[in-house]
Amino acid sequence: MMETLQALAEPNRFHIVELLRDGPRPVGDMVHRLGLRQPQVSKHLRVLSDAGLVDVRVDAQRRIYALRPAPLKELEVWIERYRRIWEGNFQRLDGVLQELKAKEKKRGGTKR
Amino acid sequence: MKNSGALKVTTPSDREITMTRAFEAPRHLVFEAWTKPEFVKRWLYGPDDWRLSVCEMDLRVGGAARFVWRHGDGQEMGMSGVFREITPPDRLVFTEIWDDDWTGGEALNTLVFTEHAGKTTLNQTVLYSSRAARDGALKTGMEDGVAVSYDRLAELLRS
Repeated sequence: MMETLQALAEPNRFHIVELLRDGPRPVGDMVHRLGLRQPQVSKHLRVLSDAGLVDVRVDAQRRIYALRPAPLKELEVWIERYRRIWEGNFQRLDGVLQELKAKEKKRGGTKR
Repeated sequence: MKNSGALKVTTPSDREITMTRAFEAPRHLVFEAWTKPEFVKRWLYGPDDWRLSVCEMDLRVGGAARFVWRHGDGQEMGMSGVFREITPPDRLVFTEIWDDDWTGGEALNTLVFTEHAGKTTLNQTVLYSSRAARDGALKTGMEDGVAVSYDRLAELLRS
């Protein structure tokens, strides 16, 4: 989980993941799109690969990278849990506020 | 129940996490619901199988806060804090430190309540004290310190 986040925290790596979302790509294509040097791109791809975010296959002379959905799925579950916990809190707070508003109205409070 | 607005979570800096949420109520009421234990207990307890079993707030600058969440299976999580700034109805600042210190030190909560046309927008930011704190928070699944914006990440995951 943490490895996934750390891998994604670097903007170029995040960009690579975004590119791969549309389908597998050869390294050369990503070098071109990112405007980075090949060794830099390869280094980023290695980090992503170590984090299990990408897979590589060799096709003739080309190394083609593809996204692995599992870590992203895991991340999604985790983010959803965080959001749900707080959304649950805030929905209950909505309920408390409705009650406070009604009480204030009944008291004839002049405050808005 | 009517949901006043979507919860937005962002990471404005590498030590912060901010949540933004709109409420259909004037801010003095949102402030009250956030600072009076009898109200706080009714909503700030996380997933359904948890309870906020201890909620003490000595609402004055330098005053202590104490929260203990208890799970149905007996598990407990405690957090203590100190109020640093209390400016009803627009600002509340308090420290937080968890009993098992999973954030690796004290964090600072800043709540800003802004009102427009009878609706309140709450901006709730947690500032962790160090990189260690940030990493501790990451380990337990609190999003923080990631240079990727939460929204961008959410967008990525949605597709």
